[in-house]
Amino acid sequence: MPVFQIAHLSKSFKDLQVLKDISMEVCQGEVVAIIGPSGSGKSTLLRCATFLETMDRGTLSYGNIAAVTCDEQGNSIYASPEILKKARGQFGLVFQNFNLFPHYSVLKNITDAPVSVQKRKEKEVREEAKILLRKMGLSGRENAYPFQLSGGQQQRVSIARALAMKPDILFFDEPTSALDPELTGEILKVIRDLAAEHMTMVIVTHEIDFARKVADRIIFMADGLIVEEGDAETLVSHPRNERTKAFLANLHSPDETAVPR
Amino acid sequence: MNFWNMLAELLKGLTVSVEIFALTLVFSLPLGLVIALGRMSKNVLIKNIFRIYISIMRGTPLMLQLFVWYFGPYYLFKISLSDLSFLGIEYRFTSVIIGFSLNYAAYFAEIYRAGIESIPKGQYEAACVLGYSPVQTFGKIIFPQVIKRIIPPVTNEVITLVKDTSLAFSLSVLEMFTIAKQISSAYTTMVPFAVAGLFYYIFNFAVAAGMEFVEKKLNYYR
Repeated sequence: MPVFQIAHLSKSFKDLQVLKDISMEVCQGEVVAIIGPSGSGKSTLLRCATFLETMDRGTLSYGNIAAVTCDEQGNSIYASPEILKKARGQFGLVFQNFNLFPHYSVLKNITDAPVSVQKRKEKEVREEAKILLRKMGLSGRENAYPFQLSGGQQQRVSIARALAMKPDILFFDEPTSALDPELTGEILKVIRDLAAEHMTMVIVTHEIDFARKVADRIIFMADGLIVEEGDAETLVSHPRNERTKAFLANLHSPDETAVPR
Repeated sequence: MNFWNMLAELLKGLTVSVEIFALTLVFSLPLGLVIALGRMSKNVLIKNIFRIYISIMRGTPLMLQLFVWYFGPYYLFKISLSDLSFLGIEYRFTSVIIGFSLNYAAYFAEIYRAGIESIPKGQYEAACVLGYSPVQTFGKIIFPQVIKRIIPPVTNEVITLVKDTSLAFSLSVLEMFTIAKQISSAYTTMVPFAVAGLFYYIFNFAVAAGMEFVEKKLNYYR
């Protein structure tokens, strides 16, 4: 059974349809990268998956939890708050802008939700948080506040915060886009380490080379559609669709002002 | 009247001023938050009721509002509250507290609203994804950050309130300004006003220092 499954998802903002009949599923341990030009609906897809936006049409489930079902016309029906709460416990989301809680220390940022939402024992959560911080290369920064950290460190704290909830699947929304170029490497390394541990992940990214190396599968989106998807290496080196070819060629063209990082 | 007697009278008045000040804050700060939340309600009816409330409270003089609370019950409804005392507090004083609290709550409400609306949407989204309930999100994540941001404008209002307590003079409540005026008329002297002015200044100096202390305390994060 897939960890995450979405079928026939459509979403409009007023008259603008940003997602058109999107279906995808992610299996246990799989790393999926979503690429595509800006405005292609990648982030909206992630926001629908994490309940930050509501779907107009289509269904969504986490494992055997059917969070969104649909009527005969395909219009989305959200499950009861209890079921949605359960579904929320299945995933984590890492934001582009970290969105750490500025008034909480690094440790409290990580431990507060497991303690006050999942009602786990504070002492045990604290120990786990320290292990997570060590993994993120942030040992000794437990008592720092977010403003005292670099962007890359903040993003690593936010990854630790998401992992502390023990999600089955972790979503990343352009995790390196808000960072200085020299800081992206540390985040990509953390994600690579997680992939090596078979963490199930969906990563919206502009880092094509990274996606090729770390992802099992790449989904290329444009204009709210999944244009092409497949094995990461194959999709990047031998794209079949014209739009995919154009997008990748554009990224690799040397006279482009927007040089890929 | 010698200087020391005058000073004693003014200090007695000052305690009443401090009572008005403290009670107004106790009632208007929480009430302001309720009004701010009502003003931000998605329900159009509720939102507009609170919007009109704020508009009236800010758009008319506080002194006039005090008159309405004090004289209104009798003039409008023939209910005489003037002789009524509740727990030994006469209605004259109670109406001042009602008037001040309802008026200041409107100003505080707009400060709360500005503070709440200044918190980035990402904070709500992060809390939502982590599974915090709406009450937890507001109480643990949003409101503590709001407090830090609204300290400077709140300080402004609180300082204005110290000086506004002298408006209770219009209902002859025996607070410091009323007493200064009485002594001044009786003995044709400016001294009580000078002394009262000094007391108001010292009062506000302490308020400003206190607020600065709180601001520094909250400086551990940005």
